[in-house]
Amino acid sequence: MQLTKEQVQKIAQLARLELTDEEMEKYAGQLTSILTYAEMLKELDTSSVAETSQVTGLSNVTRSDELGAALCTADELLECSPLPKDDHQIRVKRVI
Amino acid sequence: MDLNFLTIVEAHKGLLAKQFSAEDLVKACQAQIAKTEKLNTFITRTDDLALEQARKVDAKIAAGETIGMLEGIPAGIKDLFNTRGVRTTCASRILENFVPPYESTATRKLLEEGYVLMGKVNLDEFACGTTSEFSFIGPSLNPWNPEYTAGGSSGGSVAGVSAGQFYYSLGTDTGGSIRLPASWSGCVSLKVTYGRVSRFGVTAMASSLDTIGPMARSVEDIAVIMQVIAGHDPLDATTPDVPVPDYSADLKKGVQGLRIGVPKEYFGEGMDPEVNTLVRSAIKEYEKMGAVITEVSLPMTKYGVAIYYVLVPTELSTNLARMDGLRFGRQPEGEVKDLIDYYFKSRGQGFGTEIKRRIMVGTFVSSAGYADAYYKQALKARTLVCQEFENVFKEVDVLMAPVVPMTAFKVGENLNNPLALYMADILTLPANVAGIPSMSLPCGFTSKGMPVGLQIIGPHWSEPLLIQTGYAYEQAMGWKDMHPKF
Repeated sequence: MQLTKEQVQKIAQLARLELTDEEMEKYAGQLTSILTYAEMLKELDTSSVAETSQVTGLSNVTRSDELGAALCTADELLECSPLPKDDHQIRVKRVI
Repeated sequence: MDLNFLTIVEAHKGLLAKQFSAEDLVKACQAQIAKTEKLNTFITRTDDLALEQARKVDAKIAAGETIGMLEGIPAGIKDLFNTRGVRTTCASRILENFVPPYESTATRKLLEEGYVLMGKVNLDEFACGTTSEFSFIGPSLNPWNPEYTAGGSSGGSVAGVSAGQFYYSLGTDTGGSIRLPASWSGCVSLKVTYGRVSRFGVTAMASSLDTIGPMARSVEDIAVIMQVIAGHDPLDATTPDVPVPDYSADLKKGVQGLRIGVPKEYFGEGMDPEVNTLVRSAIKEYEKMGAVITEVSLPMTKYGVAIYYVLVPTELSTNLARMDGLRFGRQPEGEVKDLIDYYFKSRGQGFGTEIKRRIMVGTFVSSAGYADAYYKQALKARTLVCQEFENVFKEVDVLMAPVVPMTAFKVGENLNNPLALYMADILTLPANVAGIPSMSLPCGFTSKGMPVGLQIIGPHWSEPLLIQTGYAYEQAMGWKDMHPKF
């Protein structure tokens, strides 16, 4: 797997990361070596193996839909934002 | 009396016997922090809070009230745990001003026990790294030799515990982030069974592998901390309702007849010969104490790094999508055109080099056209790793191996070689892939005076057995009483 600078640019676009040209060059080489290393997984015959995404046998963990004690107030959460607040809402840049 | 290198249990006894006060402990820690400041342990110190918490405990003792084992004992907490009202940065520029409005479950339990918080300690940014060099404040240095890193990601935790700055720490272990630095800096640590300790309020890296666990100066201290933090939490759906055992009950039962498996693949090429010798002589000690040693084989070991560095970046790139600079995070510098430009700039300026690298790997291996070859294949390979451990634990009770194939890296040694850094996790990450517990225990020093750790791995929920096994060796040897000189 050989990644080009253009492919890195596309990945960065998908991941919403602004990168400098220098970073783009550096990551093209490093991502290529990481992905090349990961290709060893292709050696494994997994045709009859199921995927594992959890390891302790839990499934469909549910709970009743009841309000618990509040951990903090809504305004305290809003305070975490670096942006200006307006009527208990965060004012963001225009979308379109 | 040198207060700095007491264990939690010793400090607790001293408090009860009024040999010293909780305030004395805080002041001794503060003096040691000042003396060893170059180790770069803390991101945020909470000196006033610590004194206030300690004085409350002293008032209780003076009034003749009973106190818990952790009450009045100073701790440093990895700066990934949300602590209400205390800045929590994840060692990232993107969160450099974040003050959480609520408490993580693990630290809430410590607060309820009356613990003393010395401050929030250093880590690799969002816990991604093996040297703590990816922190926005730079690496924590090794207390045994400051030319070397303390290890990572929980670098501040182990540097502080080993250097006598505080008595214990909580960290996170996704691929070795508790055990590797504990091995490199010479303290005891436990990576728990997946789901044993609630992760609520701790910033997620890779949700199917992240665990929380303690680092301390003795195995008995590990048991004491586990007793407080383990258990089901309604706020974390991945904590099964498995009963919490008494972690100290079997402490002194010894290892007579214990079946120890030694996986030959964990002693592979590229291993430091001194690490090999020290770990093998530790296993010999177990044999002398009555354990039965068998060589076993875990052929999937060589695929561990590949599995891990596909799964973790994928989960991480999803988890860190929430770092958008809107609800929390930082406003970007320079001109911003619109909302999408805001995301690009906030994240581009806020994340460091390793986080960007992992986000991009994860975005790529889970993207259309590549997910089958990389991500899904890694999920299937994960099944094979789990099966291999299940089978081996039918024959042996625990596995013993090195924690890391080499001793601590020098500062800067592998900064631009991500694969070399990833390979250092080769012996710790299999336990995360399978979700099983694993202890890192000091087992001696190299000729250069650098600590080496023995790794003890057990099946799901076997923490009491790991504690019992670790304690027997710790009591037989004197490593616990060796401390770095400053």
